[in-house]
Amino acid sequence: MRYAETGFQLEVDLSRGNIERVETDPRLTELHLGGLGTNARILWERMPPENDPLSPESVLIFSAGLLGGTPATGANRTIVSAVSPQTRLMAYSMMGGFFAPELKYAGYDKIVFRGRAPELVYLLIHNDRIEIRDARHLAGKGAIETAESIKSELKDPNLQVAAIGLAGENRVYFASIEHARSSASRGGLGAVMGSKNLKAIAVRGTRDLPVARPAEFMELCREVLRYIQWRRDNPVKGVPAILAGIGSPQEMAIHDEEWHTTNFAWGNARHRRKDFWTRENEERWRRSQEQAIERLISCYNCPLKCGAIVRFPALGISKYMMKCYSKLTYVMGAMVDDLDFGFRIAGRAQEYGVDAYTTPQVMAFAMELLEAGILTPADVEGMPENHEEKFFWLLDRIARREGIGEVLADGVYWAARRIGRGAEAFDHNTIKKHEQIPIKLGMLNPIYFIMYATGEKINITQIEGQMPQMPFETREEREEFVRDWIQVPHERFKEYFLNWEPRGERAFPHYPPPEVTCELVEWQEMMHYLDDALGICAGLSSFPIKPPYHIHNLPPLVSAATGIDYDEETLWRAANRNRTLVRAVNNRLGLRRRDEKPPEDHWKKRFPELEARLLETYYRYKGWNAEGVPTRETLERLELGDVAEELIRRKVLREEAPAAVEA
Amino acid sequence: MKAETPKKKKVVKTIRIDVDKCNGCRACEMACSTFHARPRYASNNPARSRVRVLFDPLRDLYVPVYAGDYAPAECCGRDRYTIEGKQYDECGFCRASCPSRDLFKEPDSKLPLKCDMCQDDPQLQEPMCVQWCITDALTYEEREEEVEEEPAPAQELEVGLEALADRFGMDQLLEAVTRMSAAKKP
Repeated sequence: MRYAETGFQLEVDLSRGNIERVETDPRLTELHLGGLGTNARILWERMPPENDPLSPESVLIFSAGLLGGTPATGANRTIVSAVSPQTRLMAYSMMGGFFAPELKYAGYDKIVFRGRAPELVYLLIHNDRIEIRDARHLAGKGAIETAESIKSELKDPNLQVAAIGLAGENRVYFASIEHARSSASRGGLGAVMGSKNLKAIAVRGTRDLPVARPAEFMELCREVLRYIQWRRDNPVKGVPAILAGIGSPQEMAIHDEEWHTTNFAWGNARHRRKDFWTRENEERWRRSQEQAIERLISCYNCPLKCGAIVRFPALGISKYMMKCYSKLTYVMGAMVDDLDFGFRIAGRAQEYGVDAYTTPQVMAFAMELLEAGILTPADVEGMPENHEEKFFWLLDRIARREGIGEVLADGVYWAARRIGRGAEAFDHNTIKKHEQIPIKLGMLNPIYFIMYATGEKINITQIEGQMPQMPFETREEREEFVRDWIQVPHERFKEYFLNWEPRGERAFPHYPPPEVTCELVEWQEMMHYLDDALGICAGLSSFPIKPPYHIHNLPPLVSAATGIDYDEETLWRAANRNRTLVRAVNNRLGLRRRDEKPPEDHWKKRFPELEARLLETYYRYKGWNAEGVPTRETLERLELGDVAEELIRRKVLREEAPAAVEA
Repeated sequence: MKAETPKKKKVVKTIRIDVDKCNGCRACEMACSTFHARPRYASNNPARSRVRVLFDPLRDLYVPVYAGDYAPAECCGRDRYTIEGKQYDECGFCRASCPSRDLFKEPDSKLPLKCDMCQDDPQLQEPMCVQWCITDALTYEEREEEVEEEPAPAQELEVGLEALADRFGMDQLLEAVTRMSAAKKP
């Protein structure tokens, strides 16, 4: 008997129209938990680097996490994995909503797609009934429109649908997969889905999902819920309002955007506007937001209201669901001071199904090329005069891959190289070919340096968490902060924070020292890897400060749910195993030390020697060699011996490789 | 002096449903189904829940509805309500487990489900769905009322049998019971 997971996955070959229900190996659950971990295992086994990400040979996986669909609050994430057409590395993206629990109730932990359907199709799952259905009538339809059409044609409002829009069909390298108020946006998974001629997946399940030790598990879940309630009413002191709560940043509930608008860069990650948040702008933005937002909404089994229903009848926008930061990305990318613009354009972008981080930056990049004369008016023939309308026009071109949109649809990195004529210099905010959050700061932050450089998600918002981003001014404030900091893995982490000062010797860039920085990075990383394997929302765990889930309560929760006994050490090890396996997947796809660079202008004050030492210390700490590849010993210690063999066979790793870099 | 009709004190249990506060997370469905699982909390399955959130985000409809009595036939008419500009199907407020829809039925047997306010032993302070709704869309209150004695309500077994009789006919049901009891005899 399997608990918390169903023990089955669906294997769908879209070329042949073949569907199989396959029992999975419980040993893999023990080693990798589920979700991202077991996805990485499948990619390792079935996605050699010879396979093009957009070819029929590529693999696309939709997975629930190990705790997905159980009573654990917020265990609702769907982890979507494939090789990204943009980065050519593993696309590491997830979405909330209702899809993963429904898949579990239907009796499956994962759906693994391969092949390419001869015509556009969608997959329907209703418990044992599984059909590949014609979707030609849905071609070109918006992602939300598609979900609504499928629900109404099958007369089942309880179906949970994940769909792509036009951008995915056209294989835009930053196309998203949209579901309810959520989306798997990063890395172009929508393009992979489009390349398989798969428009949507609709799932409905009515089966029981058992847990191993019910009474014990429920009591642990209840404690988590109680903490959420307490934490909701007791925001963290000493940090900006937007960081004080739990959940995603509460941008649908809070109109105070001083922190984002004055700290993040506008345009093509270019301009800091420290004086933006005037009383007048604040008042205007408050009005826009109140007018646009109809109701705050949640994902499955979670009381936090990180999303919203947006309606804007005055502007002729049909309703859609929004979350988090997409409210600001278009506004700031387009340098438009009016928040209404953000609500208007995000609605259209969501129907097309594009990533709300990358898309505005690609458009801002195009605007800079126009100003610089690298793109000429002939390249953008037909572009309207009105500033705001220009962005709608560019968005349309990108989603349709028309004209200049054909090039821009590959994202900043590839577009810059295709355009040439100096366009590469305007690609100043990507890491590993992927657009980063638009933020440009002063002093090098060693913790963020390592996370930016080495994070396998390749975008910082999904790596950070736990530690406040800035030191607190006084020792008293720090002491107050650590008093109820139960989440730290060890008491010494409190000392690290207490000793961290805004100025002087114990300040950035030399504090925290490299070894301590590695410990802090690993803590943040491991929490993310746990969430992504368990299917818990980062907003309740790895992302905010003082979250409800942490390394002390997760082991008993996972053990009671699954019947597999973990303690802190073995659970941490499983997370580390997953982190190492994802690294190996990427190493085999070509990732090396040369790629691990935050953008040149990310910080004004850079310290090349210190940075090299940080990177080397981290590699050594993780048991990787000087190229950032896990050593044979490390892989064997984590029971990934077969991975070592393959890396050696492919000459990614040398047989007699020197151990990690010597100090 | 006039003789008084016999009266007894009855506790009226009310779940107050504030649809404006509902965030559509369906924790109530999870909590209900896991509480009523046997053994308790052994599994969860919203399809077995005795409370369902009928919701349609794009039309801003969020209505938690509780399973009420079993109805053997569907209604003749299905009316539509417009409330503050939003259209609601009458069924959207209806508690019945009836043939017109897939709601409030055990997914395997199709036997009707009914909310029992988690009346269990030991008594919960509040029904599970209310405990797990920390957005306060569901709140609980009790008050005492004096009511006339009434006949004992039909028991679970009878409600189930009645539903089976409606579905398969009394003859078939009796035949099946006879066959099963014969098969069980040593």
